[in-house]
Amino acid sequence: MSVGSPLNIGLILGAVIATAAVLIWVERRLLAVWQDRLGPNRLGPLGLLQVAADMIKILSKEDWVPPFADKGVFVFAPTVIMVTMLTAFAVVPIAPDVGIIDFNFGLLYFLALSSLSVYSAVLAGYASNNKYSLYGALRASAQTLSYEVFMGLSVMGVVMLAGTFDLRVIVEAQQNLWYIVPQCLGFAVFFIAALAESHRTPFDLPEAEHELVAGFHTEYSGIKFGMFFVGEYIGITLSSAMMVTLFFGGWHGPLLPPVVWFVLKTAVFIMLFILIRGSLPRPRYDQLMAFGWKVMLPLALVNLMLTGALVLMVGSDA
Amino acid sequence: MLLTLFYTAAAVAVISTALVVTQLNAVHALLYLILSLIASAVVFYLMGAYFAALLEVIVYAGAVMVLFLFVVMLLNLGQRTIEQEQAWLQPGSWRGPAVLAGVLLTELLWVLATGSAAETGHVVSSKEVGIRLFGPYVLAVELASMLLLAGLVGAYHLARRGGRLR
Repeated sequence: MSVGSPLNIGLILGAVIATAAVLIWVERRLLAVWQDRLGPNRLGPLGLLQVAADMIKILSKEDWVPPFADKGVFVFAPTVIMVTMLTAFAVVPIAPDVGIIDFNFGLLYFLALSSLSVYSAVLAGYASNNKYSLYGALRASAQTLSYEVFMGLSVMGVVMLAGTFDLRVIVEAQQNLWYIVPQCLGFAVFFIAALAESHRTPFDLPEAEHELVAGFHTEYSGIKFGMFFVGEYIGITLSSAMMVTLFFGGWHGPLLPPVVWFVLKTAVFIMLFILIRGSLPRPRYDQLMAFGWKVMLPLALVNLMLTGALVLMVGSDA
Repeated sequence: MLLTLFYTAAAVAVISTALVVTQLNAVHALLYLILSLIASAVVFYLMGAYFAALLEVIVYAGAVMVLFLFVVMLLNLGQRTIEQEQAWLQPGSWRGPAVLAGVLLTELLWVLATGSAAETGHVVSSKEVGIRLFGPYVLAVELASMLLLAGLVGAYHLARRGGRLR
């Protein structure tokens, strides 16, 4: 096993897609537990076969393209989120010998692909030729563009401390101290921005069902809808993996092998995403944008300046 | 191998840029423009300028073009503008520019055919970019930041609520 071997690539790709599929069940089950219900528990042990049932249902549904849609773009839109999220996984360092590529601008590569993923929602909203979809797409693009700014700024503290954009070197630099300690402010901003980028509750205004039917994917059905859904789960997995890599020491941890530590830490953050969905209400859209620009941006900048001052004062060689 | 990749990416960039001009539907034209930007990012990458390549994707493809798309979507142009574009693309209106562009193209091909082969760039690190930006090019950076600030203040003035303009 070495970084970039075909076995590695295959296993990581398979694991990511399997995680996204299992998350359909995990989310429903966990939400049910937190809301004092049972959730899907009929099919198979613990209801695990619910995943298979959902898959069969979604694959065998009629795949309908509305006659008023812009057909080429309509079909293209759901593939964007799948492709960008999956290719972003290429730079995530999972363990010392597990990963797809070591790229010395890995962090920028992640930011670039997460900024490209917004096209999925925008194009879906445009191609559907439906006013609710269009509103959803407008909200998605404004929200993602704004929160992308803070996401980029919040990780610059980590880059300053590690002195590199290379994710593997960032993890290795956390051997003794996880960056969550010096960068707790940066982590808070990154977490909220990641939540907003993945369009999850409480930031799911692009698909707020009480006002926009289903937002940008109103007109989608069957496997195309499924791709938006799975793309969202892959996005959550990716964000969780990035939080672990940047702030929680990646694969570092006592006793257990590195891969297990990485998976465990990532699972915790995925569950945190679901817990937040189960516990927080949805804000109004203008509140969301005002919060971003009036609270998150100053916080990210303060964090950046403090970290810069600290690095200069300590005079580290970074 | 690298040369093949380079010329493929460059060809994609050129063809998609040509399609930007000829597309009748504004959103389809924008999609080709995004593709062209991503292709030029690949060209930057192959030349060793990783930083520039990724910034091209983050800033141009990921942010600026989204705003373009945003505006075109809001205008919701539809069939009428497609017909208008069709009228604009009559041979009479593009014959002149096409001849001039053709002259430039032959010039470029001639330079490529006679001049030295494409330089193989060295890998540019992010530190190097930073040192250059805040060293010899600091004036350009400051000017650009002032321009952006002016734009920001102007946008704020136009969009504020309850101001004198109301």
